[in-house]
Amino acid sequence: MIPLDMTNVDTDQIIPKQFLKLIEKSGYGGFLFYDRRFDHDGKPKNDFILNDPKFEQRQILLTRDNFGCGSSREHAVWALFDYGIRVVIASSFADIFYNNCFKRGLLPIYLSQNDIEFLFSVVNNSDMSAEISLQKQIISIAGKKINFNIDSTRKKMLLEGIDEIGYTLGFEDQILNYEKSFKAADYNKYLV
Amino acid sequence: MGKTLFDKVWDSHVVIDDESKNAGDANGPSLMYVDRHLVHEVTSPQAFASLKQTGRQVRHPELTIATTDHNVSTENRTLPIVDSVSKMQLETLARNCREFGITIYDINSPEQGIVHVIGPELGFTLPGTTIVCGDSHTSTHGAFGALAFGIGTSEVEHVLATQCIWMYKPKSFLINIEGNPRKNHAITSKDIILKIIRKIGTDGGTGTVIEYRGDMISRLSMEQRMTICNMSIEGGARAGLIAPDETTFNYLKGRRYAPKESELERLVKFWRANLKSDSNAKFDRVETINVTDLAPQVTWGTNPSMVADITDSIPSPEEFAQGDENKMKLAVRALEYMNLEPGTPLTDLHVDRVFIGSCTNSRLEDLIEASLVVKGRKVSAEVRAMVVPGSQKVKSDAEKLGLDTVFKDSGFEWRESGCSMCLGMNPDILLPGERCASTSNRNFEGRQGAGGRTHLVSPIMAAACAIEGHFVDVRDWL
Repeated sequence: MIPLDMTNVDTDQIIPKQFLKLIEKSGYGGFLFYDRRFDHDGKPKNDFILNDPKFEQRQILLTRDNFGCGSSREHAVWALFDYGIRVVIASSFADIFYNNCFKRGLLPIYLSQNDIEFLFSVVNNSDMSAEISLQKQIISIAGKKINFNIDSTRKKMLLEGIDEIGYTLGFEDQILNYEKSFKAADYNKYLV
Repeated sequence: MGKTLFDKVWDSHVVIDDESKNAGDANGPSLMYVDRHLVHEVTSPQAFASLKQTGRQVRHPELTIATTDHNVSTENRTLPIVDSVSKMQLETLARNCREFGITIYDINSPEQGIVHVIGPELGFTLPGTTIVCGDSHTSTHGAFGALAFGIGTSEVEHVLATQCIWMYKPKSFLINIEGNPRKNHAITSKDIILKIIRKIGTDGGTGTVIEYRGDMISRLSMEQRMTICNMSIEGGARAGLIAPDETTFNYLKGRRYAPKESELERLVKFWRANLKSDSNAKFDRVETINVTDLAPQVTWGTNPSMVADITDSIPSPEEFAQGDENKMKLAVRALEYMNLEPGTPLTDLHVDRVFIGSCTNSRLEDLIEASLVVKGRKVSAEVRAMVVPGSQKVKSDAEKLGLDTVFKDSGFEWRESGCSMCLGMNPDILLPGERCASTSNRNFEGRQGAGGRTHLVSPIMAAACAIEGHFVDVRDWL
């Protein structure tokens, strides 16, 4: 677990704009937290947690309030995923970021302030690893089990890797019915 | 119980509720119909690529329009694009639009501009509709009483393929704006929204849709309302909403995609009767803010809740944090990054750059107001200042009024339209250590260029700052 002891981490920090010009969905791992990790000459900054060799190869990011705020860029999720992060634990997430996580198989877990403090104290004082079961919705660490919430649809999506568009297209009849109804036609006929 | 405006727009767009919701899980998602979809070059290439890979079509190309805004150069458009990666992204959007039959207002179009400026300008944005775009500032369109919100690239693909989106219904949040500012014309809607974010915090609106209401709001023009709704996302909200009224309906007249004449009249009748919260509607949260004594607002830190009155000094971390340890750390870091000493009067802060532009403040009225401040005055020799109109139409309208001459005569650069220095994905960036008075929406570290220091202000505050070379209380000027 990587303890990123910061609040309000915005998506501009997670993946700076100069890396949004690519037209692919992968290859962003090296740019994660770029301006925090590297100085103007491209040399690693020693004071940033991701540059601490102790936290290499870790898959869980532990952080605080309002993680992922700001820009809607899904590249932030892609960068975390490409870097190797599979779970982000925070006291709260910004809405769009939270939503984006599920599209790439990244699990965002929100916990109470107390649980977050507990995890920080464990990680800061030991090298214990955590085990996370999405199926059971439990984080196990330091002999303690912490339950977390996730709604059933998103859980299913992550566990089964559902093709969301394919799933939605299964409701073709309902979408067609809606489109034939007064509500949709009223607004959209002007554009046709 | 009555319904909120948000409830009404939501309810009229539910195609189906997910089975989990029908099974009693109140938090389950609904499949929502999307009436309007806006696309730009940065968050769409992967969506189109994936459509091609899976052999899927765009369900309703006529319900989507595209433009190039984020990484276009705002300098002479006849010159070739130097940055090959940007060029590739622009060409990719053009090709995708051609292949899928989507209308695009590209860099050579007289209607090109920032996606949230051209949507309303073209009459594409209508009251009571649902509008999405792969951009967080889609909340702008809520000024028309539309439910408008930013989405990620995977959702862009989903909307292209299905014209629908799965959504968990946010909670409702009413913000009442009371009072009428003294020195009326020196206090702008930018000051109001900065004050709101200062009060509720950057996550105060998380999980909600905010409805703004009050006499003050009713008096605002559509462009001023857009500035408020635009920055709802900076308060964490999914969307901002203002109930449409005669100001809204008048704005729509004669715009390209808006309904015309009897059709418009019929819809206006419907909107007038339906698009407002019922008097007995219950909101999940209510806040009231009084703007009678509101001063011009300036951000001093690295998130949009770190705001002070122009008459204030830079706060100490203790003052900002009020005992909150995490806020304390945030403020210490912010002051260090911004290179600021607590206790320094804001009016003592000298700037290197001034940027008037962005989807928050680049519309015609913004430019008119700023021009009144700079007219007959000269930009400080220490400052490089630029005006970047939000769209080519704003630019040409402004030029008809002679604003370009006013700005250029006083020493401003007069640019082509685009997102420009709001996010620095194009050649317009701050150099490390440069301090900027900016009319944009985000003062995050590095937002306008790595190491750049951003102070968010209104267009007239930015204009006055350009003249003096440091922040000033623009109330003394007007």
